[in-house]
Amino acid sequence: MPDAPSPLASESPRHAAFVRVTHWITAICFFALLITGAEIVVSHPRFYWGETGNDLTTPLFKIPIPASRALVPTGYGYTLPDQNGWSRYLHFEAAWVVVLTGLAYVLWGLWTRHFRSNLFPAPSDRRLGAFWAIFAKHLRFQRPDATEAFSYNALQRAAYLGVIFVLFPLVIWTGLALSPGFNSAFPLGVNLLGGRQSARTLHFFVSICILLFFLIHIAMILLAGFTNRMRAMLTGKPIFGTTIRGVAAVSAEPGTEGQP
Amino acid sequence: MSKTTMNKMSRRKFVTAGLAATAGVSGTVAAVALAKHYGLVPPDSGGIYGPGETLTYAAQRLLTRHSMAREFPRSMISKTPFANELAPFNDAFKRFQASGFADWRLTVDGMVARPTSFSLSDLRSMPVRSQITEVVCEEGWSYVAEWIGTPLQHVLNESGILPGARYVVYFSIEPDWWESIDMADALHPQTLLTYAMNDGDLPVGFGGPLRLRVPRQLGYKSVKFITHLTVTDSLKRFGKGLGSASPEGGYAWYAGI
Repeated sequence: MPDAPSPLASESPRHAAFVRVTHWITAICFFALLITGAEIVVSHPRFYWGETGNDLTTPLFKIPIPASRALVPTGYGYTLPDQNGWSRYLHFEAAWVVVLTGLAYVLWGLWTRHFRSNLFPAPSDRRLGAFWAIFAKHLRFQRPDATEAFSYNALQRAAYLGVIFVLFPLVIWTGLALSPGFNSAFPLGVNLLGGRQSARTLHFFVSICILLFFLIHIAMILLAGFTNRMRAMLTGKPIFGTTIRGVAAVSAEPGTEGQP
Repeated sequence: MSKTTMNKMSRRKFVTAGLAATAGVSGTVAAVALAKHYGLVPPDSGGIYGPGETLTYAAQRLLTRHSMAREFPRSMISKTPFANELAPFNDAFKRFQASGFADWRLTVDGMVARPTSFSLSDLRSMPVRSQITEVVCEEGWSYVAEWIGTPLQHVLNESGILPGARYVVYFSIEPDWWESIDMADALHPQTLLTYAMNDGDLPVGFGGPLRLRVPRQLGYKSVKFITHLTVTDSLKRFGKGLGSASPEGGYAWYAGI
């Protein structure tokens, strides 16, 4: 176990103020986009591949729920209340806020070397073995050790980088490819995805991936200690009392750290 | 850390935050003034969704003023185009329908030099343009069809657009069904008054005898059964002043997204 930098000696917060603010703006936008996105899907819970698709063509798959529009052949005898109007307004407003916030975060992260120092895996961790060790630890339901309250392990770093640099750009791209105005100016955006309905289906799947990330993110925070992780992201300060005991346990019995 | 350093730190932070806030507020004020000056603020820009709508409309007008909607090869025309359900037709429409729409007229008024009305055969004698474009519904479905008609731009020029005109408001024969577009869309070469689709006359279900196709926006901007166009410099006088019936029903006026 390498020596963790003493948390008490350090004046710098666990998460920089910029990270904390952009994190919570993103979280609010995520919920707005998730709820309104679901409402928009409810108006036509059928998905297609290619350029076109409608009630008269064969879908790639259907979500087995009733729709908010009467003509959709869902197999249910009733329609849900239509919430598309405000859902669309809010979806696009939240999209603007999260895109501008994300842009500011990426520029800030490059400027302050946040990505290099906090998110790119440490040189010793840039091999499959390191990922596997952490993965195996998770499979054995071992709790994170004390040092992980102050730095991310390689698996966490890969997950965050994947969301920031793969899933977010993909969800923005596939979303823009649904805009007839944007497509008139940049037709390649939708054509590369295989057409409008493919873009819609991909937008749905990428959103599901982000939702899965969110669920795992929350599960891990609950497992690692909700109060500490929440406090770290809200105030920048993890609770030190529990951490000190954790560090003491590490130095006393290296083999059994953090086991419940 | 000594007390003096702390004070210096917090003072510097305070000054930085103050400068950032001032820059943010004055930047926003300047951006709003510029957007208004260049006509980048949509008529439904009030309320909590106003900032998002304004950003979308302004960004798209800066990027897409002259861009062309994608056109498709004939092989991609949908074999099963889909038309949404319509409310039962009113008596006026049924009378026109009974006579095969022979007396259907399109009235053009407002800020034009020569207010006039055109019959369907007048429109058919004007330059014909056809386009194979996709109809995209806000619900999520779509189809590709060939649309045949005359450019709205041609009809407006026939009537003589007066300087200062900013929007074209268009009305269906069915009550409470009206929309408006800005001049960028009204004068766009793909904005057509369509009277035919694929291989024949425009079917009633798809908006026949006359539908305004605005292919760079969602399907609900392509109003069916058009009888009346008004050119105007302000949308304040129409309905609740939000630009069209859509915002009154909770949907965005600008449907380029």
